[in-house]
Formats: sequence, C-alpha cells, structure tokens
Amino acid sequence: MAQAMKIPTDIRPTKVGIVPCNGEEICEGSVTRFACRKVLDEIRPGKTVTICLPLFVAGDEKERNFACHYPTITLDGCGKRCAAISTEKLSGKPARSLVVTDILKKHGAKLSGNRKTLTAEDLKLVDLVAEEIAQEVDKITGKED
Amino acid sequence: MAKKVVIMPCSGIGKAYGEIGRQATYKVAESLRPEEVETECLARLMIDDPETKEKITNNYVITVDGCAKDCAKKNVEKTGKTVDKAMRTLDVFKEHRDLKPEGVLNLGEPGMKLADFLAEKLAEEVDSLVGKGE
Repeated sequence: MAQAMKIPTDIRPTKVGIVPCNGEEICEGSVTRFACRKVLDEIRPGKTVTICLPLFVAGDEKERNFACHYPTITLDGCGKRCAAISTEKLSGKPARSLVVTDILKKHGAKLSGNRKTLTAEDLKLVDLVAEEIAQEVDKITGKED
Repeated sequence: MAKKVVIMPCSGIGKAYGEIGRQATYKVAESLRPEEVETECLARLMIDDPETKEKITNNYVITVDGCAKDCAKKNVEKTGKTVDKAMRTLDVFKEHRDLKPEGVLNLGEPGMKLADFLAEKLAEEVDSLVGKGE
C-alpha cells in the first residue's frame, strides 16, 4: 500500500508578487506604482516581482501562472479595490490586500493630489507605503527583519 | 452634449513605455486638450465599474499601449466597446531612437521628451475625432 507523502509545512514561499492598481485618475494610483517599484528595486529585490495588472487581466499565461503558484500582495489606490478584486477573480485570494488611502489614514498623512508628478512630500509617503508592503513580504516569506 | 475623448493608457509597470504613455495622457488631458480629453482608471473596467463603462461607451476612446500585447486596447474591447484609435508608445520610440528613458518611472529628460512627442500625436488624434482637424 502506498504511503501518504509527507508534505513539509514549514516551507515558506521565496517570492511574492505585488499587484498595483496603477489608477490613472488619482494621485494614489501613482503612489501604488512608485511604492511597488521601490519594493522591487530597492527594499526587497530578489524576493518580489511586480505583476502588470492589465496584462494579467488580458490573459497573459505567465502572469496568471505566477499568481496561481506564489502569494500576491495587491496595492490599491482607493476603496474600489480593483487590483484585489481582479486578482481574486483570476488566481485566488491575495495573501494581503493593501489600500493606499487606508495606510495614509492610519498615519494621518495626506497626498498633494497631483497625479502627474509626485511632490517631495508625496515621495516620503511612497516610502511609508513601500515599508508597509515590505513588512507584509517579510511576514509571508517568514523573514521578518 | 458633445462627445469627449477618453484616453486610456496601459500604465504597464515593467518597462518605461507604460509610464511614457501615462505621462503623455496627462499632458493631453491637463495641458494640450483639457476641454476635450479625460482619462479613466483602466483597472475599473476590470471590475465592471458601471460609471466607467458608461463613460467609455458614450465617448470616443483612444488607448495607449506600451508594448505589442495591447493590454489597454484588449481590456477596453472586453467591455464590447471598439476603440476609436489604438496607439503604441513604441511607435514613437522608433522615430526617436536616440531618446532613452532613464528609468521605469523616473523617465528623465529623454523619456519626458518621448512623452511630449506622443502627447502631440495624441492631440492630433483627438482633434481628428472631435472634428477640429477637418
């Protein structure tokens, strides 16, 4: 009789996909882009990838396969939560679902509202959002700094 | 009420061409043709947001894609709307190969110049759609 395979329960994912909403209409949408790139390029390189939401929804196999096999963190600009809803529909519930307006509210911070060019103050808030993402990445990969 | 032109860039996050399309869209909507042009969040179409769907159904739509995968066009056309003009950032880049964007989001001067060239082309398309170019 075949023995049941023992599946180790202590294996943590090595990579996390970050899905920004990119919202074109609002400044918070620009923040999602800058925060995601900051995590990917500077704070947690090698541990994160960004998933291009329009490509993902348009049906790209590579993006969907990644999101099916690795945990995702969605980052939405507003309460409509387009990235979170789309990700859940296409590849399952995101491991974490963050919203820029919630993060800013928690810290009592406010953006300039300029969607085209983020100000120096906005970029400080990008750092704050990026740190929140990085903390969630560490919780998922089990390597909290 | 006169139809407006809704420009929907793909905002691709992997390469600079997504940001170039986004910056060009803002330039047309905020500086070159503010009366005629608006932009909407592409992601809202992905959750079937009724207001966004209504807006693109009742107005002209130009999509701006950063690569040949044409995600903005595909996502708009998934709603049943046929886009009035589909543009690609890469077509502008091919005409100005000397201009290399500095980063994915921080485009630097060369990348912003590419966005300006694309914005001019978009403004021409807007004029053509709303009848000013005739």
